[in-house]
Amino acid sequence: MSPSPAVQELILAVVWIAVVVGGLLGMFAVMTWVERRTLAFMQFRLGPNRTGPLGILQPIADGIKLFFKEEALPAAANKWAFIAAPGLAVATALLAVGVLPYGPPFRFPAWGWLPSFLRDRPAQIQIATIDVGLLYIFAITALGVYGVVIAGWAANNKYSLIGGLRSSAQLFSYELALGLSWVGVIMLAGSFQITDIVNDQGRRAGGWFLGWNAVWQFPAFLVYFLAATAEVARIPFDLPEGEAELVAGFHTEYSSMRFALIQMAEYINMITVAVLGTNLFLGGWHAGIPGLPSEGLLGFVWWGVKVFAVLFVFIWLRGTLPRVRYDQLMHFGWKVLLPVAAVWILVTAAAVAFFPGAFPVASR
Amino acid sequence: MDAILFYVFAAIAVASALVVIAQRNPIYSAFALIVTLCSMSVIFALLGSPFIAVLQVIVYAGAIMVLFLFVLMLLNVKSEEDRPAPGTRTLRGVALALVTLLVLQAGTVLARWQPLPAADFDASTRRMAEVLFSPHFLYVFEATSILILAALVGAIALARKEP
Repeated sequence: MSPSPAVQELILAVVWIAVVVGGLLGMFAVMTWVERRTLAFMQFRLGPNRTGPLGILQPIADGIKLFFKEEALPAAANKWAFIAAPGLAVATALLAVGVLPYGPPFRFPAWGWLPSFLRDRPAQIQIATIDVGLLYIFAITALGVYGVVIAGWAANNKYSLIGGLRSSAQLFSYELALGLSWVGVIMLAGSFQITDIVNDQGRRAGGWFLGWNAVWQFPAFLVYFLAATAEVARIPFDLPEGEAELVAGFHTEYSSMRFALIQMAEYINMITVAVLGTNLFLGGWHAGIPGLPSEGLLGFVWWGVKVFAVLFVFIWLRGTLPRVRYDQLMHFGWKVLLPVAAVWILVTAAAVAFFPGAFPVASR
Repeated sequence: MDAILFYVFAAIAVASALVVIAQRNPIYSAFALIVTLCSMSVIFALLGSPFIAVLQVIVYAGAIMVLFLFVLMLLNVKSEEDRPAPGTRTLRGVALALVTLLVLQAGTVLARWQPLPAADFDASTRRMAEVLFSPHFLYVFEATSILILAALVGAIALARKEP
């Protein structure tokens, strides 16, 4: 006896939520270790290497330590907003991951212990497939500012407040460039759905990696990468924290698990941005070499390697670059990234309008 | 299911809208307004237009409210110190609200509603774009853009210090 189709969908959705959220939390733990070790090697240090083999158990030790630390609540803080802000940050970070596809479409294996409706069923790790996928991510990113801003304001501390204000201005400025960098990609694919955009890249240039949007939309790719670095507030754009001038910026007053939540939100956002960049510009789960299969297990391998490569570049930048000044940040966002993105949209639109044959779009 | 969700989010929208005007602390009012706008976005999604729902969040709950909060926090606005006693101004405000409500109610009651054939209802992004860029709306759409641009230039001209 197998459950009705609606119940089947529900069961699958719950399974995907568990897989994606569990996977992200695992990635968060692993990434803290990878980041600290990589940075240490770049700076001729060793980094955490004592807990477990190569220090891989360090995130668990950190988690236990943070869990048992005292939670300090500043006397002058706005209590409820102070407590709610880290939760809000994690909530918005987790909302955005719901519409991303993780890896290629695949078929469930026909193992006997699986429920009969799952056996040999085509599926893809994606919680919700909605018509306006990319725009939804954009909307959630727009809401993601509030966690940081409220955290900075509620602590009632000058450094926190300045960090929160900087972050609202920065995220607001770079959101525009980030959104505009997607427009060319959307026009080429003729769809807001990320799966369509990935498959469109796989079809171009005979399946070679030259057909990926990182090549066809190279200026948009650059704009996306820079704006995304600013959106997740990493070096060289980590002014909301700016420890040289603001102690620790908006999370100065946070300790214990609330600090861990803020940290978690930042890492989840970074992973989201890397996954989105892989899907939109780096061909998603396509191998980039004709003949190599992009379905099934191998697709997961290509996709995972690309996501890790993007994450590594984020860490690499952190180990390499100094922080920009605030006026440089604003100047770069408004007077360089935004015009470049806008002009590139015009170029792409003209190309699609005047040479429609060169851009075969399945859905048009 | 849709009806339950509609009533839940309509109730949240109305309740938080009341908080916006009843709250003494402007920052809390801004928070409440964000909640109102987000629940309205859910209502748009329930009405079958995900595009409008997402735009509602991007433009209002995202961009505009971030600017509101930014200014409120930058100026460090404390709660209103003295609230004037209800006087003629309050009365005029309440009267205006009642008249607006009556006019809107009269409009909905008097309108001759006709059910839309389900096949004609298409609020997808593609359809929105086609309507917006059809000859019927194109000039209005472009004129609005130019109006907003003019407002933008005007704001910069006003805010700019004389060299």
